[in-house]
Amino acid sequence: MQVAITVNGVLHERDVDPRTLLVHFLREELDLTGTKIGCDTSQCGACTVHLDGKVLKSCTLLAVQADGAEITTIEGLAENGQHHPMQTAFWENHGLQCGYCTPGMIMASAAFVRDNPGASEGEIRHYLEGNICRCTGYHNIVKAVKQVADAAAGS
Amino acid sequence: MSTRIFGSGIKRREDPRLITGEARYTDDIKLPGVLHMAVVRSPYAHANIVSIDSSAAQAMEGVVAVYTSEDIGDGLAGLPTAWLIPDSDLKTPEHPALAKGKVRYVGDGVAIVLADDRYRAQDAADAVVVEYEELPAVIDPEEAAGEGAPLIHDDVEGNIAFRWVMGDREASDAVFDAADVVVSERILQQRLLPTAMEPRSAMAQYNAATEELTLWCTSQNPHIHRFIISAVTGLNENKVRVIAPEVGGGFGSKIPCYPDEALVSWAAIKLGLPVKWTETRSENYLITIHGRDHVQHVEMAAGNDGALLGVRATVYAGMGGYLSTAAPGIPTILHGLLYVGPYTMGSVFCESIGVMTNGTPTDAYRGAGRPEATFLLERMVDNVARAIDMDPAELRRKNLIPAFEDGHEVATTLVYDSGDYPVAFEKALDMAGYGDFREQQAAARAESRYLGIGVTAYTEMCGLGPSQVAGAVGFQGGLWESATVRVTPTGKVQALIGASPHGQGSETTLAQIIADELGFPVDDIEVIHGDTTETPMGWGTYGSRTTPVTGAALAQASRKLKDKARVLAAHLMEANVDDIEYADGSFSVKGSPDQAQSIQDVALMAHLAWNMPEGMDPGFEESQFYDPPNFVYPFGTHIAIVEVDAETGVIDLQRYIAVDDCGPQINPEIVAGQIHGGVVQGIAQALCEGVIYDENGQLLTGTMQDYCMPKADMFPNFELGETVTPSPHHPVGVKGVGETGTIASTPTVYNAVLDALAPLGVQQIDMPLTSAKVWSAIQDARS
Repeated sequence: MQVAITVNGVLHERDVDPRTLLVHFLREELDLTGTKIGCDTSQCGACTVHLDGKVLKSCTLLAVQADGAEITTIEGLAENGQHHPMQTAFWENHGLQCGYCTPGMIMASAAFVRDNPGASEGEIRHYLEGNICRCTGYHNIVKAVKQVADAAAGS
Repeated sequence: MSTRIFGSGIKRREDPRLITGEARYTDDIKLPGVLHMAVVRSPYAHANIVSIDSSAAQAMEGVVAVYTSEDIGDGLAGLPTAWLIPDSDLKTPEHPALAKGKVRYVGDGVAIVLADDRYRAQDAADAVVVEYEELPAVIDPEEAAGEGAPLIHDDVEGNIAFRWVMGDREASDAVFDAADVVVSERILQQRLLPTAMEPRSAMAQYNAATEELTLWCTSQNPHIHRFIISAVTGLNENKVRVIAPEVGGGFGSKIPCYPDEALVSWAAIKLGLPVKWTETRSENYLITIHGRDHVQHVEMAAGNDGALLGVRATVYAGMGGYLSTAAPGIPTILHGLLYVGPYTMGSVFCESIGVMTNGTPTDAYRGAGRPEATFLLERMVDNVARAIDMDPAELRRKNLIPAFEDGHEVATTLVYDSGDYPVAFEKALDMAGYGDFREQQAAARAESRYLGIGVTAYTEMCGLGPSQVAGAVGFQGGLWESATVRVTPTGKVQALIGASPHGQGSETTLAQIIADELGFPVDDIEVIHGDTTETPMGWGTYGSRTTPVTGAALAQASRKLKDKARVLAAHLMEANVDDIEYADGSFSVKGSPDQAQSIQDVALMAHLAWNMPEGMDPGFEESQFYDPPNFVYPFGTHIAIVEVDAETGVIDLQRYIAVDDCGPQINPEIVAGQIHGGVVQGIAQALCEGVIYDENGQLLTGTMQDYCMPKADMFPNFELGETVTPSPHHPVGVKGVGETGTIASTPTVYNAVLDALAPLGVQQIDMPLTSAKVWSAIQDARS
């Protein structure tokens, strides 16, 4: 099936097998391998991207369902060569170790803070339930997200 | 003097590629013409294979080949077990890459399909028709070792793979017979799923002309993978290149060499095309090693005065359907030798029985044997406290080994390197406000609120380890590390290491060691790892050994360079070597501070070699092999405070305090991260994680939907403290810290919950302490 999907500002027109998951389309077809696959039951959140600005686990959608959509992946989050504040905060706060959950974690957190500036630690921990990290114990992830949430509330 | 880089919590050098999605993990790497491998896996835990019909699969679009064990023939040797515990009557049953005639756990590989596309390969695997004759299965290790259990391997009588004994039974009997108090408990160390977030993946490419095989794989130890792949394929080791690119966590599960890595290698050789395999998470839960799985019968002897006299245990350790790479070493050497912990306890005895079962093979999972030891010890200490009506913190305080700086031999024969347990213990108690807590607890109980506190004092053995010891305990390898510090003509550093970090931040920590030794800016130092062709030999990243062992090799290589630089600088400045002073990467002549050569100047002159002292070789590069003289023994005290809702069984973890001593901290932020992560894994064992099999050996916790992975909202912010006791035998005094959190936190939280439940009469609950189990235990105690 023909699809036209804009990813990180670039329009891609492709003929895809109808059963192709969006995450496989991104990784295999477009070679955007920053988006990861950590489970097969939509629990882990490693494949989180933004679809028309909304947070989406890209393993839960077929590529054909994303026809006409605008997708942002971790590769497209930085603007003008500058890290997104969430990327900076993860780096500064040691919010990652092996890095595998990190793209999804950053994508989910960036959208959350955009919609919830000033979110409390409890709200952040509750929200992050959909993203699993095995390395950090979440402590420094929460610290990073809180730093951006506090800054967003102050601006 | 500038701020010392050693001890500074700088940002990680790994992170720019990881936060932008630019890092390349195995499955991210593509080769033109690659075939995808899917594995037909047994749906039964124990069955004979009657027939395999792959004709339908062979005919499907995109399918290149389907192979079974018969097709492989002697093309692949069985996977070896690489830890052969001596004096244990060890049996090592054959572990073929694909099952031969019989399957022994759900997920055991039966056939492989090679196709041009991931989806098509899986479709075709589903179309392979295998007829099985189901056999009775056994999962519980104690049951599997008992009378009448189904026999899993014909050559492993009674399913007993080994029987390892530590200590003297009669001496133990004498201590226990004479003791005032003996407490006992049957402890279940439930199976756990390591769950590195990156599933395992392997891709192989073979060049028939040069007979070279390249294997990209999710490995914690590419040099060990090279060794084993060479052994099973028959290729010369120098024709095998193993590359562990970015690796997304391991926790032990990426140590073993699995059938899948052998199979992609064999198929790539057979077909002359690159072959890739990446497991799904459900597949990961079926086939990637599990951790723990002990049934322990434990006793502890004590005096009425609170003196801990002895501990002993009979351990049934589930090995699963085959003996994984390091499996026999985990419930033995890495377990029994930890039975003294931080206490002045004179008598230890352990009989550990490795039992074949129809579960997934088990092997090292974060802590590997040491969490299982620390849990039983700390559990029994709390039981003694209850039996003699002594406060559990006071009981621990009475029994801690006093401070020592350079060696302390304990009853298990280990010689601990250094420790000051009382200082860490009192610091943790202060941070927790232990005395005040007991008052709050009493007041809360009066209102039918159930608060509890758990205290764990621990020490553990890591930084594995002296190679002579490795040999003596049957480890089929050395445990040294090697490293090269190579400085380019323009004064930039490449540090090549044999270890293979996969999330620990070692590119940063190790760069800090070199920067501290030689004065190069840390941003000018690249740590290169994970490729057997580019890096010197090393045994890998596990057992909290990379900072202690590789770090020592790098420190010593750096010191060799510094010695060379000093002589060359003296020569260049026409000064006496004894008059050269070094500070912050600069060599100057005593009394003439204006005359100086930077380390970069010296590196350039060493490369140019225009003006060298007589007898000095050109170049600026040094290598070092480092074989540690002893293990390192980090230690500390962890405390948890919980509240249990007696009506629902829900546990609220309110505070978690961790005071750890891993010697001088090179990067305190990275140390903290290791502790946070380890603590969460350990707490999750206490509270929610656990593999469940049904009576037929079907894995019921086979997805992330069914297996309880810890989530952010289960935890408070952790309160960390530290003490600093250098290791006397280490060049920079450091100890490992990768596993301490997992080792200490499980008993801490478990004991806190049981402390909360004490007034309700609950004395024991098998882990994990789910609210349903806690609620039931409360009901049972009330009735």
